[in-house]
Amino acid sequence: MTGTSEMNMLQAINESLHGEMARDERVVLLGEDIGHVGGVFRATEGLFEKFGAARVVDTPLAEGVIVGSAVGLAMAGLVPVAEIQFLGFSYQAMHQIAGQVARLRYRSQGRFEPAITIRAPFGGGVRTPEMHSDSLEGQLANIPGLKVVTPATAADAKGLLAAAVRDPDPVMFLEPLRGYRGIRGEVPDGDHVVPLGSARVAREGDDLVIIAWSYQVELACRVADSLAEEGLSVAVLDLRSLVPLDIEAIADAVDRCGLAVVVEEASQTGGFAGEVVATIIEECFWSLEAPVVRVSGFDVPYPVGMLEDTFVPDETRIAAAVRRTLETA
Amino acid sequence: MVEARTQAARLWNLQRQGQVGTLAPIDGHEAVVAATAHALDPTHDWILPQYREPLALQRFGPEVLEQYMLYNIGHPHGSRFPPSVRVAPLQISLATQIPHAVGLAWGMTLQNEPGVTTVFFGDGSSSEGDFHEAANLAGVLKAPVILLCVNNQWAISTPLHQQTAAETLADRAVGYGMPGVRIDGNDAAAVFDAVDEARRRALDGGGPTLIEAVVYRLGPHTTADDPTRYVPAEDLEAARRDDPIERLADHLAGLGLWDEETRSAVEAEALIRIDEAFERAITQPLATDAIFDHCFATDTPRMARQRAALLDSAP
Repeated sequence: MTGTSEMNMLQAINESLHGEMARDERVVLLGEDIGHVGGVFRATEGLFEKFGAARVVDTPLAEGVIVGSAVGLAMAGLVPVAEIQFLGFSYQAMHQIAGQVARLRYRSQGRFEPAITIRAPFGGGVRTPEMHSDSLEGQLANIPGLKVVTPATAADAKGLLAAAVRDPDPVMFLEPLRGYRGIRGEVPDGDHVVPLGSARVAREGDDLVIIAWSYQVELACRVADSLAEEGLSVAVLDLRSLVPLDIEAIADAVDRCGLAVVVEEASQTGGFAGEVVATIIEECFWSLEAPVVRVSGFDVPYPVGMLEDTFVPDETRIAAAVRRTLETA
Repeated sequence: MVEARTQAARLWNLQRQGQVGTLAPIDGHEAVVAATAHALDPTHDWILPQYREPLALQRFGPEVLEQYMLYNIGHPHGSRFPPSVRVAPLQISLATQIPHAVGLAWGMTLQNEPGVTTVFFGDGSSSEGDFHEAANLAGVLKAPVILLCVNNQWAISTPLHQQTAAETLADRAVGYGMPGVRIDGNDAAAVFDAVDEARRRALDGGGPTLIEAVVYRLGPHTTADDPTRYVPAEDLEAARRDDPIERLADHLAGLGLWDEETRSAVEAEALIRIDEAFERAITQPLATDAIFDHCFATDTPRMARQRAALLDSAP
């Protein structure tokens, strides 16, 4: 199993689910439209046909009980992988995610193993209707007991999802909507697992590091590539998972570069970029040559289509933040 | 039932002495909880309690009392019933346990495990979205679950008529495609029969049942509540005349199976057991860094630092 295949993130996710269901018969999929039709994006295509209606379950339209029944399935010793069709809809399950899924191990003091994965696409840029594009990773990362995983490449989508399903703790697996078909890459064939909690150096560089996750890594790499043509050496650190957070990788990158820009798609106030900045201040304050800059969505609800490009950070805003930081230093 | 009532009174005193935290007395619920536990099979069936039930669930294992005392003193191990006790941790966030019961029942079916799950909730919880979503899914999946709504007329201070305009809570079963049964929850035999029937149906693949057990909350909502502010005294007086314990006691006495001597012996034994459990609870050790245990299987790097810092700063 040494080869690779070229595919998009959606295909990588689908391949990972096929692999996990074949590997472990305790893995059960549940969600809206995931069975017969294979998911509204086809992420679960072919699984219903291969593994049957008992293990790939089309549920009623009710996010709360999709997540809440996954808790019960885990109590029964199964490994549920629930899909929330769009992360914005998870507000209707948040009482189960925050209050129950994340606390099952703690509340039972280890009796029940909450091996629950909740998959959901998130993020904007594809002109979806209202409530489909919200980035809630910061809110989720603030819930103790929950892991938050944000792949940015097709290979990581496969490998991190496999790790999430095998993890004994609950994982929110957040898939970039724009990356489903927009991000392609070589993906290792066969069993491919990327451990949770290890960041990835997406671009090497010495002048400044852009720290990002999910689709913003793609944009950050494009910015780094274009600035490289001007002779600037910009690194990109892909966090891969927000919980657990790879503190050492952040510290290494900032210590080396002395300058950092943190990019997120969520609204700024209370967002996860603030947590990354705080980590940088705690870990490497004396390495900093200029203030750390955040590039975020604005402090407004995720807007409708004509305003979407104003809200979502793009290459222009990221590049401007990088130049400003380099000039300040 | 007598054991539960007796121990509840002891707990009340312990709470007033500041020895245990806020808790919800079982008074008035004894028949519905104890008879349900007796209709179930502790080796195959699961009970998902709300928070008022533990003292009457001791048929599922003597550890229930031990754990409940730990729970009441605020020891983290209080929610960890041993593997042999098929009782879920108490649930404070109302109705959230109903989806869990459906999922657990469904999971048992997927693994061909014979057994049912029974989830306790109240008239107030029946207004929650989780009740609706879980009952609906249970109906669709034909999950072997018994939805046991203990209608005690009061959700803290909110009376039933402000909770619902429905004539009965059992009527709601129609909307979920399952049988709905309304029983006198003060009648232990009626409870046993209803749960037994629902259990048999579930095991035969007949799916879920909604049982509405009508009782009256004879005590306060919790030790922090003052029901004299809202419960009409005459209603409470009438309810006391229908006390579930006295009804069963009268019945058994008529059969020659119960007398005051027996009651005194049960009460004395119950007090010894709860006092011993309390002593064991307050002498249970608690590690300095126990706060971090069982959040994750393995600490995250940040938590590991927090744990180390706490241990460093400990005297």
